[in-house]
Amino acid sequence: MTVLAHDLAHDPAFPDPTLRDRGGPAQPLLSVTGLVKHFGGKRRWRGETKGAVRAVDGVDFAIAKGETLGIVGESGCGKSTTARLVMQIIPPDAGEIVFDGEEVGSRALDLTAYRREVQMVFQDSYASLNPRLTVEDTIAFGPRVHGTPRREATGRAHDLLARVGLEPGRFAGRYPHELSGGQRQRINIARALALQPRLVILDEAVSALDKSVEAQVLNLLLDLKAEFGLTYMFISHDLNVVRFMADRVMVMYLGKVAEVGPSDVILNNPSHPYTAALLASMPSMDPDNRTEEAPLYGDPPNPIDPPPGCRFHTRCRFTSAICANREPPLAAVAGPHAVACLMTQPGSGHPQAAASREVAA
Amino acid sequence: MLAFLLHRLLYVTPVAIGVTVVCFLLVHLTPGDPLTAILPADATLELQEQMKAAYGFDKPLPVQYALWFWKVLHGDLGHSIATGRPVLTEVMRAVKNTLILATVATAIGFTFGTLFGFVAGYFRDSWLDKLASFVSVLGVSVPHYWLGMVLVIIFSAQLGWLPPTGAGPDGSGDWRPDAAHLRYLILPAITMSVIPMGVIARTVRALVGDILSQDFVEALRAKGMSEFGVFRHVVTNAAPTALAVMGLQLGYLLGGSILIETVFSWPGSGFLLNAAIFQRDLPLLQGTILVLAMFFVALNLAVDVLQTALDPRIKRG
Amino acid sequence: MTVLAEPAAETVRTASRLGRGYWAGVVRRLARDPVALVAAAIILTIVLAAIFAPWVAPADPYKSSMIRRLKPVGDAVYLLGSDELGRDMLSRLIYGGRLSLVMGVLPVFFAFVVGSMLGIMAGYAGGWLNTLVMRTVDVFYAFPSVLLAIALSGTLGAGILNAIVALTIVFVPQVTRVAESVTTQIRNRDYVEAARVSGARAPTIVRVHVLGNVLGPIFVYSTSLISVSMILASGLSFLGLGSKPPEPEWGLMLNTLRTAIYTQPMVAALPGVMIFITSISFNLLSDGLRSAMEVKA
Repeated sequence: MTVLAHDLAHDPAFPDPTLRDRGGPAQPLLSVTGLVKHFGGKRRWRGETKGAVRAVDGVDFAIAKGETLGIVGESGCGKSTTARLVMQIIPPDAGEIVFDGEEVGSRALDLTAYRREVQMVFQDSYASLNPRLTVEDTIAFGPRVHGTPRREATGRAHDLLARVGLEPGRFAGRYPHELSGGQRQRINIARALALQPRLVILDEAVSALDKSVEAQVLNLLLDLKAEFGLTYMFISHDLNVVRFMADRVMVMYLGKVAEVGPSDVILNNPSHPYTAALLASMPSMDPDNRTEEAPLYGDPPNPIDPPPGCRFHTRCRFTSAICANREPPLAAVAGPHAVACLMTQPGSGHPQAAASREVAA
Repeated sequence: MLAFLLHRLLYVTPVAIGVTVVCFLLVHLTPGDPLTAILPADATLELQEQMKAAYGFDKPLPVQYALWFWKVLHGDLGHSIATGRPVLTEVMRAVKNTLILATVATAIGFTFGTLFGFVAGYFRDSWLDKLASFVSVLGVSVPHYWLGMVLVIIFSAQLGWLPPTGAGPDGSGDWRPDAAHLRYLILPAITMSVIPMGVIARTVRALVGDILSQDFVEALRAKGMSEFGVFRHVVTNAAPTALAVMGLQLGYLLGGSILIETVFSWPGSGFLLNAAIFQRDLPLLQGTILVLAMFFVALNLAVDVLQTALDPRIKRG
Repeated sequence: MTVLAEPAAETVRTASRLGRGYWAGVVRRLARDPVALVAAAIILTIVLAAIFAPWVAPADPYKSSMIRRLKPVGDAVYLLGSDELGRDMLSRLIYGGRLSLVMGVLPVFFAFVVGSMLGIMAGYAGGWLNTLVMRTVDVFYAFPSVLLAIALSGTLGAGILNAIVALTIVFVPQVTRVAESVTTQIRNRDYVEAARVSGARAPTIVRVHVLGNVLGPIFVYSTSLISVSMILASGLSFLGLGSKPPEPEWGLMLNTLRTAIYTQPMVAALPGVMIFITSISFNLLSDGLRSAMEVKA
């Protein structure tokens, strides 16, 4: 792909992203601890905070530089809320977000600076484009906000259009309604890249696209990642897509992390019954290997009033009395693989768990 | 349902208090002093000060408001400067006449409005729709005070069928449900019905069109339901909104009757308001506006509650 | 893929070739709507006649004649008859458009400006500012608009300026409510969030992403108020709360001619016909504009 290298590197407002690295490769690009967001309930005149939706209820994770973290889970598990919290679209109730060693919102990394480092691609390609702006104005908006002169911002928009596979001459002056869904999502990707971010959050970014278009956009995302040295937080409910994209996978259930680890481990050898059930509910290509019985029963419980103990125990095949009483912590089982399930935790009291720590050791 | 009712009441209370504030401030908006209307032009400064103190106008505004509000809560709206009678008595008598006129007008408007609206919505884009839509545009565009004049010209001045003004024979101050009084009601009621007719026709047309284009109607037809059955579904789905609009229109007519009442010399609240304005009878002016606005607030609340009770889609809570 | 071109030149070419802003489409669709066109033509005629009244009107609208009072429509001297003071009706109707239009349109214009600002501010900011603005709006909504208009101009005192102020106060809450609800919808769109995410501050977001999507609907709604405003403005004059004699104004003329309904009913009804025609034309044009803008671009 030959691309006009417009004066991207010479724009004083946008130093080369590789120069912006502070902590070195070992420092996680993003690390999140104790993230909490409850919706509603709080400011009701009726007083009590009871009816709050616990969308995200204590989530910890980190994303290494250059990796893709896939986040999966059923709808309503808190994936998108997590994305919006990380993006600072909505303020968290509690928790800390550290970007490359600097706390977000601190003096070293204020919100404006942070937003240059992290960008997001939304699910609905149409709703995320202003219908009254041309494609180039949409892409150039971010750089313009950060003080790039109009000419240069437009130039960068044209470069990015080319890089996402849309000929600038044909597409720059178009309006969103004159584009297909795939083309619109390419525009959204270009818009996200216009600020030269280091982390891109892809919130169900390909879920609304046709399968053939989806594959093209996924490949484009991989190309762009290599080209610009990006880190992705990739949110999807489609495990096949996550398998294709992610280095590591985090499984969420009712606002909590159920399991996190390298994607081949999580997607081939899950330890959490919920992950196993999710995998089993994927339609198989092999007719001899078809799903015989429904692996997951019913809908997820109401997040306003989540079950006590392990949140999955109401739907779990291996549930035992202890599960309703004790909330399993997210604990490492092997290296980077961590699971929040009492069965995997020796001495937890679950019949399937090893009796004691000594035995496990 | 009770929780919903309480919730609505809690919401309406500050609005109602706001209404009293606006009514109170209205009088203080008047150019000059509220007293200039009462005092003779050659009143001495001393007399002016005495009157000010007597009416409490020497106190700061919030105190004046609090005193006034306390009286209003006890049903004391003051006394008319022109007649000396209690404002509340005068207003309620007039409102009764207006209520009769507005209710009949709303009923007429609702009947024809739903008729036109249904026809237009059912036969969308046909010539019937165009005609019905045009009639409803006429209804909302016509200056009703002029329409009243035209009707008087035709039916009173030219044909001599109906009386041009008043509420009853021999200058009867109150409307009564008998044949003689009925003749006086016809022209103003028809004139007044034109506005709600236009509004209701537009609403019903849009409602019926929306309902007919929904999937469930397609499904009803597909499973072999008769056109009458479909019609019943449309009616039950359109009714809550149409009734709500009707209720609101009644409220608008109650407050907006002044022009028509002036044309027909109908002894209602609008006529009273007109008199109060031109005699600068401020207590009467203030009281009439307050009572009419409160009627409107109460009506809105009633419509809101009724609509919720009728419409299963609106959650109560 | 090889893409090498001068971006600026390319953009110019693209823009001229496509040439399809949203408003261009609206105008094109409006031009295909015969009803809206006729309405627009009527309004244009009335407005032009009012502006150029001294050249268009056949006679002096103030010149009365005691011996030529209440001549019928079709009179040799007075084409549309004469009024109760023997003044030429046609001239007074032409001149009357000046005040009637100004009193009808200005309040809506002021309300559009003020209401848009209040509503967009409240809608975009949310929180306590929204509560404050919208609760105040609710209070004004608790008065039927005719009552509020008459109450305000009644207490402010008769006069054109007071009538305009009163009507503006009547329409501001209505425009504010629409502006607030449209802005609240737009505010939660993904593209506004995307703009926020790119680090833009509220004024920039409102200017670039909110205004363009919000002003259209608010404008259409406001045009639909002109008809009501015309009727109310003339109604205030009809009650004696607007313009004063001997100024020609349709509502006031209707009032002074009420005495003539038995002698010259046609002449007496004429000013109302003008109000009716203007009001219905504004309504039809507003409807046309609405459907021209509704078509999803």
